[in-house]
Amino acid sequence: MKYVIIGNGIASIGAIEGIRKVDTENEILVIGSEDSPAYGRPLISYLLAGKIGPDRLALRPQEFYEKSIVTLKLGITVTDIDIKARTVSTDKGESIEFENLLIATGGIPFTPPIPGSDGTDVYNFTNLKHAQVLISKAKTIKKAIVIGGGLIGLKAGESLFDRGVDVTILELSPRILSLAFDENAAALAGGRLAEVGLNVKCGVTVKEIQRDEEGNLKGVHLTDGNFMQTDVVVIAIGVVPNYSLAKDAGITVDRGINVNDHMATSADNVFAAGDVAQAKDLLFEDNRVIPIWTNAYNQGFCAGKNMAGAKIEFSGSLAMNSISFYGLPTISVGTVNPPEDDDSYEVAITLDEKKKCYRKLVFHNNHLVGYVLVGDIDMAGMYTAFVKFQMAVPEDARKQLLSGEPDVLMWPDDFFRETWNPETKN
Amino acid sequence: MLFQPINKNYHEFCIERDKDLCINCKVCVRQCSYDAHFWDESRQKVMHDNTKCIGCHRCEALCPTAALSIRNKPSDFRPHKLWRPVFLQNIYKQADTGGVLLAGMGSPVDIPVYWDSMLLDASQVTNPSIDPLREPMELKTFLGAKPKRLSIVTDKNGKPKLKTKLTPQLELDVPIMFAAMSLGAINFNLHQAMARAATETGTAYNTGEGGLHKSLYKYGKNTIVQVASGRFGVHLDYLKAGSAIEIKVGQGAKPGIGGHLPGEKINFMVSETRMVPIGSDAISPAPHHDIYSIEDLLQLIYALKEASEYKVPISVKIAAVHNVAAIASGVVRAGADIVTVDGMRGGTGAAPAMIRDNVGIPIELALAQVDQRLRDEGIRNKASIVAAGGIRCSGDVVKAIALGADAVYIGTATLIAVGCTLCGRCYTGKCPWGIATNDSKLSKRQNPDIAARKLANLIRAWGHEIEEMLGGMGLNSIESLRGNRDKLRGVGLSDTELDILGIKHAGR
Amino acid sequence: MKRVYPDKEYCIGCHLCELACITAHSKSKDLIIAYREERGRDGLSPCKKVFEKGDTCVAISCRHCDEPSCVAACISGGLYKDPETGRTVYDRDKCVGCWSCLMACPYGAIRRHPIEAKIVKCDLCEGRENGPACVEACPNQALKYEER
Repeated sequence: MKYVIIGNGIASIGAIEGIRKVDTENEILVIGSEDSPAYGRPLISYLLAGKIGPDRLALRPQEFYEKSIVTLKLGITVTDIDIKARTVSTDKGESIEFENLLIATGGIPFTPPIPGSDGTDVYNFTNLKHAQVLISKAKTIKKAIVIGGGLIGLKAGESLFDRGVDVTILELSPRILSLAFDENAAALAGGRLAEVGLNVKCGVTVKEIQRDEEGNLKGVHLTDGNFMQTDVVVIAIGVVPNYSLAKDAGITVDRGINVNDHMATSADNVFAAGDVAQAKDLLFEDNRVIPIWTNAYNQGFCAGKNMAGAKIEFSGSLAMNSISFYGLPTISVGTVNPPEDDDSYEVAITLDEKKKCYRKLVFHNNHLVGYVLVGDIDMAGMYTAFVKFQMAVPEDARKQLLSGEPDVLMWPDDFFRETWNPETKN
Repeated sequence: MLFQPINKNYHEFCIERDKDLCINCKVCVRQCSYDAHFWDESRQKVMHDNTKCIGCHRCEALCPTAALSIRNKPSDFRPHKLWRPVFLQNIYKQADTGGVLLAGMGSPVDIPVYWDSMLLDASQVTNPSIDPLREPMELKTFLGAKPKRLSIVTDKNGKPKLKTKLTPQLELDVPIMFAAMSLGAINFNLHQAMARAATETGTAYNTGEGGLHKSLYKYGKNTIVQVASGRFGVHLDYLKAGSAIEIKVGQGAKPGIGGHLPGEKINFMVSETRMVPIGSDAISPAPHHDIYSIEDLLQLIYALKEASEYKVPISVKIAAVHNVAAIASGVVRAGADIVTVDGMRGGTGAAPAMIRDNVGIPIELALAQVDQRLRDEGIRNKASIVAAGGIRCSGDVVKAIALGADAVYIGTATLIAVGCTLCGRCYTGKCPWGIATNDSKLSKRQNPDIAARKLANLIRAWGHEIEEMLGGMGLNSIESLRGNRDKLRGVGLSDTELDILGIKHAGR
Repeated sequence: MKRVYPDKEYCIGCHLCELACITAHSKSKDLIIAYREERGRDGLSPCKKVFEKGDTCVAISCRHCDEPSCVAACISGGLYKDPETGRTVYDRDKCVGCWSCLMACPYGAIRRHPIEAKIVKCDLCEGRENGPACVEACPNQALKYEER
């Protein structure tokens, strides 16, 4: 097989589309351990909330795979990679040869060792199966505890709440959304959740999960000594790269699978992309694991092109999140919480609590390196341009950015022309 | 809008907004450079102030729902044959301001338009007419001095060869040129458009007195560079950049006075090209301070001939004034290869209204007299005649050539082709059509791609019509029409007028 | 593929392209009804936006990039490249209104629908006989629809 892809998520779709940009003929094999077509993982919160039906989960229609000459082997797990023999083995006992392999196995939910977590009614919120169980259970459960006040935790909480469940979200750190957002944005988001009726408790987490003699979940003991009754516990602390397959095969791993600028791993003809890969970062010089949707697609796309023989460099990962809390949209891109002791960063903030409008811009060496928008998000893309294209922001331009009106006319003339009105080729 | 000073109410135009059609999209607000349309925050709709409307029709042209009409203000002064409203309005204005009345474009006053009183001939039976679609038709025109006689020698192989040395000529595929309009009076986009259109159609455009931007030198083959009393933008490269040089002595719209380009119109490009500081007024003196006689003019003509190494013809442009024929004779004797006569209806970017409307004579009379005088003196071959000032259509061109012109300049028609509606406020620098303005926001309304295409279209269209008219008269070359006054007849003209024009009355 | 190219040298900021856009995307196909009624009632809004800065202005809409950031960012499969036409296609039914595309598009060419949790993005007036309405409406040829 010319191309084998392990994993059936967005990085895999990126890879298929990347390969097909270069090579429109040779067959592609996708092996996915979940028994469903590739779905948008963030969509499961929409599914759980009842905003969409299962029919809308698929990222690409069936004919996409047909047109792209892709064979799907779903519900099959790869158990072993032999980088010398260039084969992969599956749990069905198959051995599949590959010329080019992409490891896009994504992340696995991080579960801290909480006593009582083994057993029924403890879920994490990263795959479809759990969502489906929660949907079927939602009618009967009254109370739910969500451990983790990050993006996944909050969305899980919101979805269950929409199903009529009394939800409490527990976050160990002093505030929610500590990674992707700053204090002000987190406060606005938290405020919106509280307005609606979700309970959010910060600085506290579950010490132990209480079960009765039959093993049924009864409640949780908190680190502050309190006890809370609950029917289900959802653990949504985060994901860690799912790299064991690669590590076992002798491929170099660090925090994720190490890849070079062409998304190639230490093994010949083996590539990695997505949440499992530790790849070039746009803003920092080192390689990082940034488990973000867009990066997964872009890395997959770049890997796919390189697998097909093109020599394309990955432009670098950029953290970005867009998420709404009951109609309050929030966006964060790039570096939003710069190190406090580093003077080379400058932060500008506009906050209108009444209108629930917030804008935070982070500058570094006269460049915009990150921003947060809450409420008024319409100009987000124009801010992203400054981060992504790393355009210098002189004084007068900075004023315009601060006033919330970035636009394409601020771009350097040559770049503008190249982008929008290039000369006719030939 | 309410409680205006008394005289403010005597404005010319009214904006009519059809309530059923207007969607308050503000396109008119953005287009009006006189702020006649505005967004009324309290009423939450677009409103207008009639007193500010100059009647340019830009809003009407761009309104996407055709909701706007610009009309003359219906309120009339009491009819009076002597005290027509314009005089009242002018007096009110001057009583308020104490200033000279300024005007733009050509004179609107009601003096006879002789073009309309002359009719062309056509062939019937004898000397049959020619179909220009089937047979060759020559509009090619050479401007410059022609030799009195030709000597021809035979070379060794027995082939004839021209012995007479010809003086430089400006070659035109069509005898219609774009008139002198300076960079400054109009903007660069239109200069570029004229240059491109002239090149495309094989004619020429005149830079006017504001110099020539370096980026347009490549159109030099189709460029006439002008030297006027202010000498703006004149240097050796400039003189060598074109295919003819024109000394501007006078302008039909404002004979006897100079020019004044206000500092506001001098932006970087104009400043660079004119060689004057940004923002400073560019004043062209009324006379050339080195020309006080025909002999002085001769010196300048030959200075320019020397500078341009006798490679291009020299034109002298004079306004049509009372003794224009004698002046033209002097000009030709001073060595001019082309005499340009500019009639009183010629356009201008800015002129005192009294001068524009009261000084000079119509081009038809001036042209006929100049041609006749040069013939009488036996020097007609020494110079070509170019007529300018009020040429409106190809019919006017044909009549002008029959009266004796070699070619014509079109200025006002050029501007109308790119959108001008003759609102006559060129001197404000706020031209809503982006023509007589260097305001960067307004001048971009003239996309040179569009303007060049329109101008080239106009020249081609008139060219076709001229061919049709020539063919109808049984002529197959524009040369055969030149000064051929037998092809013209007058209607409703007095004996004196007919005599001056050198034509017979219709029916004779 | 043919795309719409804006020319900031000759954009006169009249906003007629925006009006043409909403007319082309309206139910009534009538500017007056579209602007007066559908705009408020249905949240009809243009896929283009005219940016102005000093004397310069330009009308921006989706570039239909070869490798679009919005497609990479879309979590629902609602944005994808049509391999045949090269267009970046928006499937309204699949869109969940997460605004990821709006965040990811560095060209600012995607906007929120004023009423619904959907986006508004240029579709090059797909199916329209004379091509994109904005290009046709531009009085100064500051928008060109051509192959480059």
